[in-house]
Amino acid sequence: MISKENEREVKILAIESSCDETAAAVVVNGRDMRSNVISSQIALHTLYGGVVPEIASRKHIEKINQVIEQALSDAAVTLDEIDAIGVTYGPGLVGALLVGVAEAKAISYAKNIPLVGVHHIEGHISANYIENPKLKPPFLCLVVSGGHTHLVKVVDYGCYEILGRTRDDAAGEAFDKVARAIGLGYPGGPKIEKVSHEGNPNAILFPRAKIADGEYDFSFSGLKSAVLNYLNGCRMKDIPINQADVAASFQQSVTDVLVEHARHAIREYKMQQFAIAGGVASNGVIRAAMEQMCMEEGVRFFHPSPILCTDNAAMIGAAAYYDFIAGKRAGLDLNAVPNLKLGE
Amino acid sequence: MKILGLDSSGLVASVAVVEDDNLLGEYTINYKKTHSQTLLPMLDEVARMIELDLDSVDAIAVSAGPGSFTGLRIGSATAKGLGLALKKPIVSVPTVDALAFNLWGSPDVVCPLMDARRQQAYTGLYEFCDGEMKTILQECAIGIGEIVEKVNNIGRRCAFLGDGVPVFADYLKQHLTVPYLLAPAHCNKQRAASVAVLGEILFAQGKEEDAAVHRPEYLRLSQAERERQEKERDFRI
Repeated sequence: MISKENEREVKILAIESSCDETAAAVVVNGRDMRSNVISSQIALHTLYGGVVPEIASRKHIEKINQVIEQALSDAAVTLDEIDAIGVTYGPGLVGALLVGVAEAKAISYAKNIPLVGVHHIEGHISANYIENPKLKPPFLCLVVSGGHTHLVKVVDYGCYEILGRTRDDAAGEAFDKVARAIGLGYPGGPKIEKVSHEGNPNAILFPRAKIADGEYDFSFSGLKSAVLNYLNGCRMKDIPINQADVAASFQQSVTDVLVEHARHAIREYKMQQFAIAGGVASNGVIRAAMEQMCMEEGVRFFHPSPILCTDNAAMIGAAAYYDFIAGKRAGLDLNAVPNLKLGE
Repeated sequence: MKILGLDSSGLVASVAVVEDDNLLGEYTINYKKTHSQTLLPMLDEVARMIELDLDSVDAIAVSAGPGSFTGLRIGSATAKGLGLALKKPIVSVPTVDALAFNLWGSPDVVCPLMDARRQQAYTGLYEFCDGEMKTILQECAIGIGEIVEKVNNIGRRCAFLGDGVPVFADYLKQHLTVPYLLAPAHCNKQRAASVAVLGEILFAQGKEEDAAVHRPEYLRLSQAERERQEKERDFRI
């Protein structure tokens, strides 16, 4: 079955609506991105200091057909040439996911096109396949975004071993909360990175959390509290707060934890390749630190370009391809699963 | 003319195909399973039973709101996906109108009541004259007290239906000053056949939209938008 599918081009239409981007893409054979359309709602949610699920869901339904039609026309294909439809069915905001899932199922049904349900994190990992056509499992992947922080051993296509995950806040969530606390606003990641260039990353020593019973697990809520306590302390003692120093020191603390976890896993599992993925992977400081660490460890480093780090559908199309050629199919009763676990 | 009707605006999931004066098939489920899991398999089942060629459908009529926000989006996204794939237009049928249409030919004032929470109802007032449905009060989200007052002011017997009836039963009993009736089980909840027939009428009037521009009519802002507006209003004062 696999060899037969490989003989020809498999064109996948992918749909992603798990959070605040409505996205569709056409990807051929899991690697060749023919189109990648993203309708971002970020300006809208900035008014509320974060993503409002009901508003996100409403925007998805308004945009979804235009986004899909644009993805098809950018790729110069029609639905009749599509071999499979891949759609994110979890994890994410349930109301948001449901729009993409219902839409994908209806198209799949009406045109009799096979449907593949894709795990959002699997999509993020697979963004690396598009960016680096030569990357093949096994490799270690750190997925860091506003909703997820996972250290994953990619054993094979579609086969994952989760080594660690966050016990509380996702890394990106910590960025958003700290950015709000120091008056930078939403979205926190890019804003903290920007001001951090003017600050001293060693100005304030924030904690680097270690989890006693899970050496690869993460915790960022303690770090967030430490930043808030520091800010409160300064205000009580009338000490001026240096926004850039706080941002740079906080970012350094997150970076150190991520790098050390990755380094430790690379050594223990004797990995030869390491990749990062997810929105936070577009942070230049974190990326540079990872690259440095990989050089020190003699490991090949992979990362997607920023447009493939943020939520997009091309990554869903890449993941869907490997599920599709493995024979995985979703039925007309596919549901959104907001807390879907990787590997289920 | 062949119309596919979809309704997932409330507790009921319903699919129907109407061709001119014939209801070819209808499938209605009022059970705890989520619409996301039931709506499309139900369409598939109906389509098989009546050997429906989806390409022969002229338009997709969808119950477009008000109703459960998520339920409406499941119906709308399904309709939009079908519309995109089949290149067919969508007819947005107001949920409250479609509910009232269940009682076609009633001599009474017809008042659908959908539970909108916070002691409010998605409702409207209708009557049938010479086989045509006339709107007395357009679909709206108002307090149960307000709609009961309007019904009392009309002074005629009123037939109620919808999932709001059991929710507001005590209130109706205590505050209605006109005689009233409660619709029986076969016609007191959303039915896709009513959506399809009303959709057929609207389609004939040219009230169709491109699948890409269709969106549900919630009749209500999201909570975050409402709170933000209230804050801005307070600020201005």
